Amino acid sequence: MKRWRGVIVPVVLLALAEIAFRARGGPSDSLAPPSRAVAALLSILLDGSLVVGSAQTLGTLLAGLALGSLAGATAGIALGSSDLLRRMTFLTIEMLRPIPSVALLPLSLLIFGFGYRMEIAVIAFATFWPSLILTQSAVVQIEPRLTEVARLLRLSRWQTAAKIILPAAAPRLMTALRLAAGLALVVAVTAEIVSNPQGLGHDLMIAQETLRPERMFAVLFWVGLIGWGKNAALLRLERRLFAHRGDVDTGIAA
Amino acid sequence: MSLPQVALEFEAVALELGGRTILQDIGFTVARGEFVSVIGASGCGKTTLLRLLAGLIAPSHGKVCLDGRPVTMPSRQVALVFQDYGRALLPWRTATGNVSLALEAMGVPPAERPQAIAALLAKTGLAGHADKYPSQLSGGMQQRLQIARSLAQDPAVLLMDEPFGALDAMTRQALQDEVLRIVAERGATVLFVTHDLDEALYLGDRVVVLDTNPGRIARMVDIPLPRPRNQLSTRENPEFLRLRRELFTAMQEMLA
Repeated sequence: MKRWRGVIVPVVLLALAEIAFRARGGPSDSLAPPSRAVAALLSILLDGSLVVGSAQTLGTLLAGLALGSLAGATAGIALGSSDLLRRMTFLTIEMLRPIPSVALLPLSLLIFGFGYRMEIAVIAFATFWPSLILTQSAVVQIEPRLTEVARLLRLSRWQTAAKIILPAAAPRLMTALRLAAGLALVVAVTAEIVSNPQGLGHDLMIAQETLRPERMFAVLFWVGLIGWGKNAALLRLERRLFAHRGDVDTGIAA
Repeated sequence: MSLPQVALEFEAVALELGGRTILQDIGFTVARGEFVSVIGASGCGKTTLLRLLAGLIAPSHGKVCLDGRPVTMPSRQVALVFQDYGRALLPWRTATGNVSLALEAMGVPPAERPQAIAALLAKTGLAGHADKYPSQLSGGMQQRLQIARSLAQDPAVLLMDEPFGALDAMTRQALQDEVLRIVAERGATVLFVTHDLDEALYLGDRVVVLDTNPGRIARMVDIPLPRPRNQLSTRENPEFLRLRRELFTAMQEMLA
């Protein structure tokens, strides 16, 4: 029963919201009671519109995340393994990294037009940096004994990367992926609200423009559920993959 | 062509790091199959001696030779066993996988690995632990595993850096005897670094005593105790006790 304790607070809060809304009385264009939000959620689930929106948002999210974190991890391993490369790229990275990814939405729209590609590009840009930085530091922080073992055994560069560096950095790479995935959801929904007419973000905009707050809350709740589910799934995967390793603190939450 | 009788050689070796002299005027040779213990206070550069031989670092002056050729890079002919076994093992690989790493490096075909690994684990007393990860093994077993991995290289020279320093007395004695047995079987040349005088005497054919600041050779003593050695009779041998007293006094004087 212990694991259900966490449910108490949100249920109480929802009940309070319901009571407060009913006590106030009368309809509203800006707020809706939880009961009507739940009804709206059921209706958009049943009419398929939520499924379409979710598929669009998650599809772009996954594509952008895959591109961004794969490129970031690859670059991070290269930079982590070479002081020279690190020194050569330091200034460039520190100048590009602080650009807020959503600031690139107009540019991306200009290049790709509406649709999946503009959103994927911005998500890839956003997730590239944390992947790069975290992977690089993961590689730099690899136990020096292990790199010595690789040298003593005369492992080739390729063998060292595949047999020592990648597996040694893997737990941190998973953490990087989890953080990047969280960021990707934020950027995806933002892109859809600001400029790309598709997905869950666009559904939120429609709900706002048509003055249907119950629908807005339904989608908001759904976005929260997606974020929570994605994080829980990645955490679970992380624990399963690294449970036997003495060098990994699998209790990490982020 | 027969191999030279001298396996390892330090010739007027000095090492400076960051303006500090770590080792100075180190000169000695180790014959093929000889077991030489190196002892000295911490900071005397005993570990550095091993790192020079392993090819992990290069001397500032002089020559370090293996089979008559200067050491310029690591060689799989030389295995190094670290004191901190917990860091030297791959935590994501089982005992089998850790031994396999050395075989993979040697280019042993996959089909031949399982048999070789089983034999090495059996030899180091890990037969029942093949599928365990290092985190599931005790300290003594982890060190056995590191030894098994280094033996998988089939090395002519075994360098051991205070390998039993972190283990309890019982495990330590058991491992001392196992190392002696394995080394005798293979005829390997061993350079064994320790800070424990009894251990140095018990294991070695010869003991090299290092002085500190800068690290240099203070004494070199032959240990003419009969082999195989025995934890009781060897340590009770009058010659063992005499050498122990002699070296203990010498080391006390160095510290003073």
